[in-house]
Formats: sequence, structure tokens, C-alpha cells
Amino acid sequence: MFQVRIHGRGGQGVVTGAELLSVAAFLEGRWAQAFPSFGSERMGAPVMAFCRIDDKEIRAREPVTQPDAVIIQDPTLLQQSSVFEGLAPNGWVLINSGRTIQQLGIARSLEKIPGVHVSIVPATELALKHIGRPVPNAVLLGGLCAAASVLKLDSVEAAIRQKFRPDLADRNIAAARAAFSLVTAQPLPEGAIHAQAV
Amino acid sequence: MLKQCEGSQAIAEVVAMCRPEVICAYPITPQTHIVETLSSIVKAGRLKPCEFINVESEFGALSVAIGASAMGARAYTATASQGILFMAEAVYNAAGLGLPMVMTVGNRSIGAPINIWNDHTDSMSMRDAGWIQLYAHDNQEAADLHIQAFRLGEALSLPVMVCVDGFILTHAYDRIDVPTQEQVDTYLSPYEPQQVLDPDNPVTIGAMVGPEAFTEVRYLAHHKQLQALELIPALAAEFKATFGRDSGGLLHTYRTDDADTIVCALGSVNGTIRDVVDDMRGQGVRIGSVSLCTYRPFPSEALRTAMGHARRVITIEKSLSVGIGGNVSHNLRMALPDPATRVHTVIAGLGGRPITRASLKRVFAQAIAGTLQPLTFLDLNTQVIERQLERERAVRRSGPAAEAILRDIGINGAAQPEGNPT
Repeated sequence: MFQVRIHGRGGQGVVTGAELLSVAAFLEGRWAQAFPSFGSERMGAPVMAFCRIDDKEIRAREPVTQPDAVIIQDPTLLQQSSVFEGLAPNGWVLINSGRTIQQLGIARSLEKIPGVHVSIVPATELALKHIGRPVPNAVLLGGLCAAASVLKLDSVEAAIRQKFRPDLADRNIAAARAAFSLVTAQPLPEGAIHAQAV
Repeated sequence: MLKQCEGSQAIAEVVAMCRPEVICAYPITPQTHIVETLSSIVKAGRLKPCEFINVESEFGALSVAIGASAMGARAYTATASQGILFMAEAVYNAAGLGLPMVMTVGNRSIGAPINIWNDHTDSMSMRDAGWIQLYAHDNQEAADLHIQAFRLGEALSLPVMVCVDGFILTHAYDRIDVPTQEQVDTYLSPYEPQQVLDPDNPVTIGAMVGPEAFTEVRYLAHHKQLQALELIPALAAEFKATFGRDSGGLLHTYRTDDADTIVCALGSVNGTIRDVVDDMRGQGVRIGSVSLCTYRPFPSEALRTAMGHARRVITIEKSLSVGIGGNVSHNLRMALPDPATRVHTVIAGLGGRPITRASLKRVFAQAIAGTLQPLTFLDLNTQVIERQLERERAVRRSGPAAEAILRDIGINGAAQPEGNPT
């Protein structure tokens, strides 16, 4: 089982991000379960969503507390809550930012996670460039495909096509591909935590 | 056709395939996505003939459903939480009058304190109203139960409540086999009412009944529910023949045959329980589980067959019968043949507290070791309780308890709790 936790703020498409991941996994013939954390569905409030992916039926209905990957859609959450809590050893962290680990001040937190892989993608910038709106969710999924190779980029693109109307899908896909290329261009050694902003 | 979609969307799609002629609903979290989807289906002209009626309240919603059903229309509504309380009088009326309709309950707690998250307090509050109550253990069953519910309710002329865990199922994206319209049409014929308001053949529905006949009318309501005990398994078998999968029925057993410990629960927690059962089986523990799909009527005989051989029974219950403990365990004890069988009630998941595999495994192990109390509250923070009781002992005007506890655990009343409340 591969478990993903997405942190963001209301209005950033956190829940849609988890939904897209689950649809992409489904399109690969796998089982997937996506669900949001609830209650704070206000613009700007911290929101979490989860996705489980497996090759067999997923029965458990408890929240994801030990994710294999954490996606942080809003870097201001890095200071506010324990976004890395429970992250599995050798897990993946994907952060939406144009800054480095040092600039973000998270080096010490990351050192506690053995073998963690970190990628930093300026997803909001890419979204503004390709989509014209600061919606980093689909962009970061492109980054995740490159970093963790749990899903094929093709599947995420197909999920985006199912969800959005054609012109919006095209633009989200262009942004996701840009993120994929950025992360692929700077492969990280196993266990590297001193990732650069890409 | 297999689809990855939200539970609420699947329910709405399937309800539309059941061809309701009147849909009346008042939106309330977490039921909203179901009726929103249905309203767009009706607006798009995909469901004809059907009138989607916006009402002013839940009392209005169920009253419209009662009127529609009495006029011979297939009626559907959905609600949750305070909504079901607001329509309570009509809930009893629909059953008392013997008017079939289907209502989805997106299970949610009831305030105070106000809480939007999942538990079973809402539908449990109506367990004695005379409706048939079905509980879905996953989103596939949530969708499928609606098809069976229309068929069952109309066969017996009784209303049916399909209870679906709010958020945990209603807002989860899962792989769902969405049936075809042809399959649904094969299984579910047009509604043929037992009683109908017809100006050409006038009848009275809802006369006053005095002591000379009230008991007989109530007895017949009970008799109908007993008939449902026969009909529900038959309809589930026919469903399997048409749709090719097991859904519904009185209950589902999981690894119970040689189990000396059996866990019993309603709804989506059964998935988590099955994972724990597999885990403990792997360690040589003879444990199994029963997912209770039909809660009203209560399937005593089927439970006796499924669980009668167990040495101990543990119920995981998402509602608290304040002052005694569990509703399910109370009913279950009556069904078990051997009074020596130990029955443990575990109250869990209230107001959306996550029910984790780790916590379940811990209480199951305690039950097997003989150290679990007859009534337990899963993951109860006893220190918080003790501190509040101390505050109440210390000063007469200790103030409102819930707000004092929020301050104690460092959550300002306006803030959201950290962690996921599913």
C-alpha cells in the first residue's frame, strides 16, 4: 500500500488533488481510496486530504497517519503544523515553493526522517504561468510522479482530463508536465535530504 | 461499469436509476453532495418524470415525501443529524401510515456540543420509529442498498432508511461498480401502491385511532418488520443474481466459523475491523466479525446462527445510549442463546474520532485476556475527564463543560482540532 497525505489551504484544490491521485491509480487498474479531512472547508483554512493506493481492495477507513509521501501545497504550513509527522522512513516530501530547504528552515525536521527524499517545486508559479490561477494541486501530482514513480504521469494526465473541461485540462497537464520535468532533471541520490529547489 | 467516484455521487446516480418521481430535500452536511448531484440530474432532464422540490426544512422535506407517497409516487429524500430530529414527527408518521419511501441518512453526530462529524447517534435516535434501517459497510453497498431499499419498502409498504457513514463514505472516492439502467429496471418495477389518495376512489389515510384499535395497528407494524426479516435475504439473493455481487442482506460474516471471539458493528468501521481480524488471525487468534447490515428489524435468529458459538462478543458502537451504554449490544444480548457469553460494548468513533486498527486491536486483545470492562469508551482521555470533574468539584459555578475541556486541551472554541477527524 502507498499512502499520501496532502496539506494545503481551503481553495487550493487539496481534496481534488487526492481525488485525482485516486482516479489515476484506478485507471492503472489499482484500488484507491481518497478522502478529505473535514470541517474546515473555508478559504484559507488548513486542509488535509489523503489517498491510499494498493493492488488489492482497501478496507481500512482510518486516517492516514503514516504516509509514504507528503505533499505540501502551501509552504506557510511548514511553520504551523507537524506536516512531516508519521512520514515513513525513505518516504517522499514534495513542497510547493521556490525556496531551498535551508531558506524554508526545515532542514532539522527533515534530518529526523531517515532516507527522506525531498523535492521542491514552484508549483504556484507554474500554475500561474500555465493555468493563470494559483492552483498548485495537479502541478504537484506531476512532481510526485517524477519523484516517487508510484503512478505514471500518463495516468495523472488522464485523471485530469476526466475532471476538467478540455481547455483547463490542457493547461493543468502542461503545468504538471513542467513539474515532472523539473523534478526529473534533478534526480536525488537515495536518502538525500539536501535537495535543491528545482 | 467500474468507476472511481465519490460515495455521494454513486448514491445519487443509483437513486436516479431507481426512477423516483419526487425528490424533496433540505441540504445538511454531510448529505449535501447527494442531493446536489440529484438536483443537477433532474435539472439536466436525465430523470423524467421527476419533480425536485426545494423545501424550507427537513420537516417539510419528509412531509412532502409523505404526501407524494400517499399520491402513489416513488419518493426519495436524504438527511443527517439535526435534520432527522427536526423531521422526527414525520419520521414516525411515514412508518405509522405505512407509506413507502427511501431516505438516505449521511450519519452524523447530534449536538450539543455542535459537531458535524460522523457517528450513528442520528439514525439510532429513530430506531424505534418503525422504519427499516439498513447500514452500508462500504460505498459499493451504500449504492446497492438504495436499489434494494425501494424494492423492499414498496413490497411491504414501509419506509426504508439507508444509513451511510457521513464523510467516511459520503465524501470518500472509491472504486464502485455502477449498475446499468437496464439492470436496475429488471430488478425494480414501477411502484404499485398498496394505498393511494385517488379522487375517483376516495379514502382516508391518517384517521384518529383510539385505544380500541391502536395496539392492533402497532402490532401490524411489528408484523411487517418481521416479514422484512424474510424478504431482505431473498431480495439480496435476487440482487446477486441480477447484479453479480453480494450486497445487503441481514448481515455479513467474516471468518466467524471457528471464532471464539466475534466483533459486531454497523457501517464502515467493519472494513477496519476486518483488517484487524486478518492481522490477529495471522497471530493465531480465533477471531471473526459480523457486519450488521439490517438493524431494524433486528435479525436475532441470523445473529444466533452467526455468533451463537462465540465465547465472547464485542460490539463496536458509534452511538451511546446515555445512562446504559450500547444499543447494538443491548439487542444482541437478547439474541444470544447462552447467557454466559460475555458481551463487551465498546463505544467508539463519537463525533468523528478516528477508529484506528491499533486501538481496535488493543481492545480485542484485552477482551480475550479477560481485562476489558463490559462497557468501554475507545481512546477515552481519562485525564481530561478527571480534570473537568475536579473543576466541577472545586467551584459551584464551574461554567460550561465542553468549552472548559476545549480550553484544557489547548483548543480555542473557534479553532479546528489538529489531525483528521474522519
